Amino acid sequence: MNNIFVYCEIEDSTIADVSLELLTKARSLALQLGCKVEAVALGSELNGIEKELFSYGADVVHVGDDKRLSPFLTLPHTSVIKALFEQEKPQIGLFGATSVGRDLAPRIASALKSGLTADCTSLEIGDHYEKKTDTTYKNLLYQIRPAFGGNIVATIINPDTRPQLATVREGVMKKEVRPDPSKGEVKTIDVDTFLSDTDMVVKIIERHIENRKVNIKNAGIIVAGGYGVGSRGNFKLLYDLAEVLGAEVGGSRAAVDAGFIEHERQIGQTGVTVRPKLYIACGISGQIQHRAGMADSSMVISVNTDPNAPINQIADYVIIGDVAEILPKMIRYYKKNSK
Amino acid sequence: MKGLKIIVLAKQVPDTRNVGKDAMKADGTVNRAALEAIFNPEDLHALEQALRVKDRVKGSTVTILTMGPGRAAEVIREGMYRGADNGYLLTDRKFAGSDTLATSYAIGQAVRNLEPFDILFAGRQAIDGDTAQVGPQVAEKLGIPQVTYAEEVIDIKPKELRIKRRLERGVEVVAAPMPVLITVHSSAPSCRPRNARLVMKFKHAKTVSELQDAAEDYLELYNTRTYLKIKEWSADDIKVDDKALGLSGSPTKVKKIENVVFKAKESKVLSNSDADMDDLMKELIENHTIG
Repeated sequence: MNNIFVYCEIEDSTIADVSLELLTKARSLALQLGCKVEAVALGSELNGIEKELFSYGADVVHVGDDKRLSPFLTLPHTSVIKALFEQEKPQIGLFGATSVGRDLAPRIASALKSGLTADCTSLEIGDHYEKKTDTTYKNLLYQIRPAFGGNIVATIINPDTRPQLATVREGVMKKEVRPDPSKGEVKTIDVDTFLSDTDMVVKIIERHIENRKVNIKNAGIIVAGGYGVGSRGNFKLLYDLAEVLGAEVGGSRAAVDAGFIEHERQIGQTGVTVRPKLYIACGISGQIQHRAGMADSSMVISVNTDPNAPINQIADYVIIGDVAEILPKMIRYYKKNSK
Repeated sequence: MKGLKIIVLAKQVPDTRNVGKDAMKADGTVNRAALEAIFNPEDLHALEQALRVKDRVKGSTVTILTMGPGRAAEVIREGMYRGADNGYLLTDRKFAGSDTLATSYAIGQAVRNLEPFDILFAGRQAIDGDTAQVGPQVAEKLGIPQVTYAEEVIDIKPKELRIKRRLERGVEVVAAPMPVLITVHSSAPSCRPRNARLVMKFKHAKTVSELQDAAEDYLELYNTRTYLKIKEWSADDIKVDDKALGLSGSPTKVKKIENVVFKAKESKVLSNSDADMDDLMKELIENHTIG
């Protein structure tokens, strides 16, 4: 009872990365709280799904295997999770901040009249003293998220309602296989008792889901461009450099908005969060929202005509100059020295 | 097919996309006064979808519902300039401090107070909070299905809508019965511009509160032209339990607000000279960062 529950997103029998990241995080929170981690897997043909969930940190896996639960639809998933939460009374419920989690979690929060915080980038355990009522709350979930367009960071708590619900951004937490995997317990959800015809009123007519073509999240080296690159044509220089370095190409929101590069390569708060060993920022001024998505890179090189660009403050190397001139030189001297 | 009753949930938000230096106070909180108040961008995409349904199904009406301070009436006028028929402003000090749960409760009660509707449109999320929670929570409060991340209403049948959704890795087309709540994604078509004729017609539309500063001759105009009346509702008008509003109705509390701080590094500044580029590449290869 009162454990941490993680809703696991499943597409074509594959568990979403964000769910595994959440299990890893839930594991460390559970150690602090002295409770267990329970994963919830809803879908169809889920045989054996528990193995991976155990290895990333679940002690218990609730499996709801039913054709009506795949692909994801809001109402049937809400009904099952709501009933499960009412029965199991978790203290914390976590969801990925994806188009699934951000569709489902608010519906559940509303049904349970529980507090929900969206798009968290960090979760911690801590206490809270409420002056007005002279009450101390022990071991609350601190739900930490950027707010106001990323210009501030807010810590949100739910002192009185349970479960404490949060959606968490993909890629901000690390997934790690648990060193001491639990043998684990599988609990079968009796889906039939929770679903009714009214849950099935929305029907999926067509569905085209593509595997991710770009994988900037896990790239070791990223060459990223901003508005300062100047044009879609100039971005070719970034691809050239990326090719010789074995890197991926990313862009800031300004570059995406300007049409220089496609949206799936966007890095920053409204895009992907990355932490490569080398991040080469080309013509990126470094708005807070962008830095938040790459500040954990091991090494940052900034190429910018503006010596005062905010990104330079977090760069290891600052090269003052024009991208169009510097990138070809980087390629030339890389080739020269790598031989 | 008979006309559809459409409601658009819209919010006036500070323009967080263009935050200048003076927008942050010394204590790390936001100086709202320094930010322009705008029609939440995705709510405009939602309005466009509503107007397209109205264009296709004769006899349909579009009503804007917004919650906020008195000046949020501007959102309703902006909506009317583009083709909305009327609007309701939900305003009361009792709503202040509401989180998404308390907000959706209030909006849900307001919608119940309107005549029965077929489609509720809203933007996927507002740029001041970026939560995307109020839409689904209003749908839950009203006990109706939701279709989030919508890009386009592609077909309208007497009892069913076909809606294209834009997901992270693809698209999905769903069929949903009415009444339904649809949240619209920024990949949907932009909203049409203001219509000059409608601007002339509605620029003097006002809420009761705004009337207080109005001149006598305006009042005469106002009383003869009913379309100039933007309805204004307080908490008492929508039959709510006060405890479920504002801070007391909000399970989430803000514990702390901080500035975003990045650890500054000591950077090595290089020129674009060949010698510097040569040295840099040697260094990166030697310490195994690349190569």
